[in-house]
Amino acid sequence: MEKKIIDVKYVAALARLELDEDKEQRLQKEMETILNYVNSLSELDVSGIEPTAHAVQMTNVLRNDVSSSTFPRDVMLANAPETVGGELIKVPAVIPGEEES
Amino acid sequence: MSISVENLTIHESASLLADKKISSVELCKAYVDRARKLEPKIKAFLKLNEEEIFSQAKASDERRVSGKSLSPYDGVPVAIKDNITVKGQSCTCASKILEGLNSPYDATVIKKLKEKGFVLYGRTNMDEFAMGSSCENSSFQKTANPWDTNCVPGGSSGGSAASVAAGEVTAALGSDTGGSIRQPASLCGVVGFKPTYGRISRYGLIAFASSLDQIGPITRDVEDAAILTDAMYGRDSMDATSLPSTNESFAEGLGSLKDLKGVRIGLPKECFEVEGLDAGVRKIMDKSIQVFKDLGAEMVQVSLPHSKYAVATYYVIATAEASANLARFDGIRYGKRVKTDGLLETYLETRGAGFGDEVKRRIILGTFVLSSGYYDAYYTKGQKVRTLIRKDFQEAYRKCDVVLTPVSPTTAFKFNEKSDPLQMYLADIFTISTNLAGICGISVPADVHENGLPVGIQLVGPDMGEKQLLRISHIFERNRPRKEFIPGI
Repeated sequence: MEKKIIDVKYVAALARLELDEDKEQRLQKEMETILNYVNSLSELDVSGIEPTAHAVQMTNVLRNDVSSSTFPRDVMLANAPETVGGELIKVPAVIPGEEES
Repeated sequence: MSISVENLTIHESASLLADKKISSVELCKAYVDRARKLEPKIKAFLKLNEEEIFSQAKASDERRVSGKSLSPYDGVPVAIKDNITVKGQSCTCASKILEGLNSPYDATVIKKLKEKGFVLYGRTNMDEFAMGSSCENSSFQKTANPWDTNCVPGGSSGGSAASVAAGEVTAALGSDTGGSIRQPASLCGVVGFKPTYGRISRYGLIAFASSLDQIGPITRDVEDAAILTDAMYGRDSMDATSLPSTNESFAEGLGSLKDLKGVRIGLPKECFEVEGLDAGVRKIMDKSIQVFKDLGAEMVQVSLPHSKYAVATYYVIATAEASANLARFDGIRYGKRVKTDGLLETYLETRGAGFGDEVKRRIILGTFVLSSGYYDAYYTKGQKVRTLIRKDFQEAYRKCDVVLTPVSPTTAFKFNEKSDPLQMYLADIFTISTNLAGICGISVPADVHENGLPVGIQLVGPDMGEKQLLRISHIFERNRPRKEFIPGI
């Protein structure tokens, strides 16, 4: 069997994406095709070339150090999936066994 | 009074409003009526709230009556792509993961449009998180091309392009990461303009690939594109990558070129050798080249030797940035949360259920190219090739003022025609390099193909070269092979 370029199951876990078996198999095939295409980059010699992270080369962009208002708590919490009394975001238990925060 | 609005431009509307031949409420009503009639077929809008539209139009009319109009364009409607935030409105990016979200603030472009009195008119459909070239990746609906409802409108700003082409609104905003404004504009027979990276603030644009994303207008003509760019561009303290304001007007003096004598148009030889370039599209390119020659332009051959690597480079860089940007959608602070036991399970299930297939594909690809052991081979390599692509353009602009290429290798394709993801990616072969280089590009309708679908040409200008680019586009528009672009809808 040909060596896999990518292990979709492993990468999906890194990306925190749940995939069912069907989807995982389909993605495995699609990713191999896409990466085979992307691998055309390997024929290019890029030694001595500086990488471009950003098309606009600006450094040390500073703003004036003035205070301004931020969003009120109720506005920011209005979109939260769950809150604790409208004051805090309620998050799922981080440590197993701790049901209520 | 009842008027025909389907071909009306922003500048024509401004004259009608100034001459009191129409009110903003009448203008908006005519569009809403037309949209109600056409939307069952076109499905360009995810949301069209009449109450919100008419309250803004009414306020605009009141300002005008009391001589307090905010600009000549006060009262003209503009549709907004569903990845740009408007305070108090939904903003889903056509994704289930953001269903129910209510934006707490206005994007900078929205703030600026409001300051000029534009009426914010509905939210347009798109490929989920702007990832796609056909609008088929929307989680909610498939938008149809007004020229042929069996065909896609292009993407990702397909709803914006289709709504303008169908005459459901005067103009629209889109966003362009690899061609998402220019390609749907070409496929729908309207103008699509992507300014230089950083010209227009990205604050309030939900990020896909931060080093490539740029907001821009989709309009009925070049003048409207210039008007909206004037209204939106400039330095913004909320976006550290926004470019300093240059205090120039792109609309002013737009029509000042009487011919193109002394203007050099670059033809990259690689673009005309692309496999899969449709013969009819090629023919329209040749006719357009003749238009430039007849106007006195000098056509020069240029070379973009690394353009054949642009799509591969893009799918490394854009997906890497997307995988990081989309990590924030985890069901914790806002958006959809799938209720389950434990934190890890919440992440997995929320993101598993909330994202569609193409978004998952790109997150996985992006996570892979950034992962330990692969980072240098893919991501660093991609960034280095990006340097070469940028240098190709810098070299070309020594010999020419703007570069001319097709926008898309084909006309609008049928639904489900490109089911293979890689094939869909290759549809953006001509537009992607512009984003990688960070320069400006425009799609201007040129002619109609034998198959009855519109075809645009792409003009690409250097960094901050919008003024000359728009002037050349404007004179082309006045002399192009076909004058009118009106779909038979």
